Amino acid sequence: MESNPKDNIINEVTSKDYEYGFVTDIETDFVPKGLNEDIVRLISEKKGEPEWLLDFRLKAFRHWQTLKQPNWGHLDLPEIDYQDIIYYAAPRKRQEKQSLDEVDPELLATFDKLGISLDEQKKLSGVAVDAVMDSTSVKTTFQETLSKHGVIFMSFSEAVKQYPDLVKKYLGKVVPYTDNFFAALNSAVFSDGSFCYIPKGVHCPLELSTYFRINAANTGQFERTLIVADEGAYVSYMEGCTAPQRDENQLHAAIVEIIAETDAEVKYSTVQNWYPGDKNGKGGVYNLVTKRGLCRGDRSKISWTQVETGSAITWKYPGCVLMGDNSIGEFYSVAVTNNYQQADTGTKMIHLGKNTRSTIISKGISAGYSQNSYRGLVKVAPKAVNSRNYSQCDSLLLGDKCGAHTWPYVQCGNDSSILEHEATTSKISEDQLFYCQQRGIPTEKAISLIVNGYAKDVLNKLPMEFAVEAQKLLSITLEGSVG
Amino acid sequence: MLLNIKNLHVSVGGKEILKGFNLSINEGEIHAIMGPNGTGKSTWAAAVTGREGYDITEGEIWYKGENIVGMSPEERANKGIFLSFQYPVEIPGVSIQNFMRTAVNAKREYNGQPVLSTMEFMKMMKEKQAMVEITEKLQNRFVNVGFSGGEKKKNEIFQMAMLEPSLAILDETDSGLDIDALRIVANGVNQLHRPDNSFVVITHYQRLLDYIVPDFVHVMYDGRIVKTGGKDLALELEEKGYEWVKEL
Repeated sequence: MESNPKDNIINEVTSKDYEYGFVTDIETDFVPKGLNEDIVRLISEKKGEPEWLLDFRLKAFRHWQTLKQPNWGHLDLPEIDYQDIIYYAAPRKRQEKQSLDEVDPELLATFDKLGISLDEQKKLSGVAVDAVMDSTSVKTTFQETLSKHGVIFMSFSEAVKQYPDLVKKYLGKVVPYTDNFFAALNSAVFSDGSFCYIPKGVHCPLELSTYFRINAANTGQFERTLIVADEGAYVSYMEGCTAPQRDENQLHAAIVEIIAETDAEVKYSTVQNWYPGDKNGKGGVYNLVTKRGLCRGDRSKISWTQVETGSAITWKYPGCVLMGDNSIGEFYSVAVTNNYQQADTGTKMIHLGKNTRSTIISKGISAGYSQNSYRGLVKVAPKAVNSRNYSQCDSLLLGDKCGAHTWPYVQCGNDSSILEHEATTSKISEDQLFYCQQRGIPTEKAISLIVNGYAKDVLNKLPMEFAVEAQKLLSITLEGSVG
Repeated sequence: MLLNIKNLHVSVGGKEILKGFNLSINEGEIHAIMGPNGTGKSTWAAAVTGREGYDITEGEIWYKGENIVGMSPEERANKGIFLSFQYPVEIPGVSIQNFMRTAVNAKREYNGQPVLSTMEFMKMMKEKQAMVEITEKLQNRFVNVGFSGGEKKKNEIFQMAMLEPSLAILDETDSGLDIDALRIVANGVNQLHRPDNSFVVITHYQRLLDYIVPDFVHVMYDGRIVKTGGKDLALELEEKGYEWVKEL
């Protein structure tokens, strides 16, 4: 008989290729390598920004210079040479684009290849897309339909031009540039991203979505997303991302800010599939992002759902500041790591208002030699009376060379609040696997079935368009792994 | 002949459990394997279904004309070997409908048949559920999660009906069942029994054999079959206990 069939199965995992690793050959506009005040000014100039925004960038840059790269994560994050990165790269434009016909066909082909059609005629109805390649937005679909409802959805750069007051009012209000090292860096050099504003009482008629693509080599991607739901508004927003396969690591340091006013609701879903590096841990994206939502108004609600399968290193904690009374924060996460991937991810729920509620469901899945950590903070302020939190952090191990870790921090400042925490660690049992096999289900399908079942609570929270993609992605990422 | 096992020796963790097991089964027959605890009944079932960790050190398992030693569990399953588990496993988050659809279609693909559409599958599920008298709404429940002992065993029989095996092994399906559940399980087996398929019922007790009438009863002791007889042998065992077989 075989010496240890499990070893072979684990080896098979590593042989699965990343599907989105191609590079588009397109003329790109770069700024010189490295980071200093001149570069910050140059980026701002290239984007034709107003003075106040340049100011914001410069303040952030000066603050960043006083900071050190954080090292508290359960990550082996190498010292990054920030002078060896290109901070701005944009596919060279042919004049101002008016219609789809004027977008470079090479770019359209790239997004088509990624399964993102920018042709409104062919597009699945119900989803508007902002496509971002490297540092700029390529195209935002369905703008006309949205503007009929007063919904603003456009690239960040465009919003700065068209709605400077709105952007100025909200920029940096949830994630100030002083927040952390990577937030300061992003605030200094951010290039593009999406801006979205849902006016009072409007239920956004389409799902909004941004697709980020890194293409150019040696560049960092620093996008910024700002979502504002005014009183009584509702929006569901989805984010997807991929990058080419390269031997060098690439830096991605994004910021997402969400503001929900009274009775507003924002549902934010991510399927993160940056290039994870090869089976020996070479290359891959460093995904170091700051995402936070502010439930500013009473009875507002922000819900984060994330499926994290990509990136060599992931460092992100999408959180909610529950400021309004009776506001609700939710965090649903599936984080999968394989080979030498490392993820340190979780959430922060900061309860400030009365009767605030938060729910955290985190499902970690580790395979190969990967390290997968949940890190969460639930903080209830003294004034946040009668608040509730429920946290559930489960870890699933495939194989015996990977690691799963849980760091749940809890601070409760009053005695009328109730906080619950549950955690489990399990392995796919040989019993489960054999049970499936005995029913004729091949090993790989069986693992996919079991893992998808394990992550079901979270996958169920995804919008339909995403759920199918996420399920496929889970199966691909883990194909063949078991322990 | 459907199954012909010759001089089977099986070790688990280096310890020999089956020590020269012989058995042949023809199409349409029902066999019962009885015997005290620890004599290798479940090991035999694991070896026939290809479970990892059950090392076949000697002997052959001929099934439908080929020696299946070394074949993967899923391939054996898709060739028509089914095991009703003594302890059915829970699979959280996986609905029975999804599980069975994956299984049925895996088998169909293996046999070069087109996969079933959702409609066809739902119809099949309904028919088979009626056939084995399962009234519970199974389809959306997670596989064995929160099932009572009886429900688990009935679910095994339902899966057997869905997969229509040529050789079904029931590993102590009667243990822990009340008389009503026992009757439903037995009825299921009798409904499914055809001239071209065979059953092996592993049990400690004679009472299941009141409902599923075997053509042959085998008594196992210390890794081999020590006595074979008709259904009366089960009654004899019930009366005398297992002590006397040790003398055989």
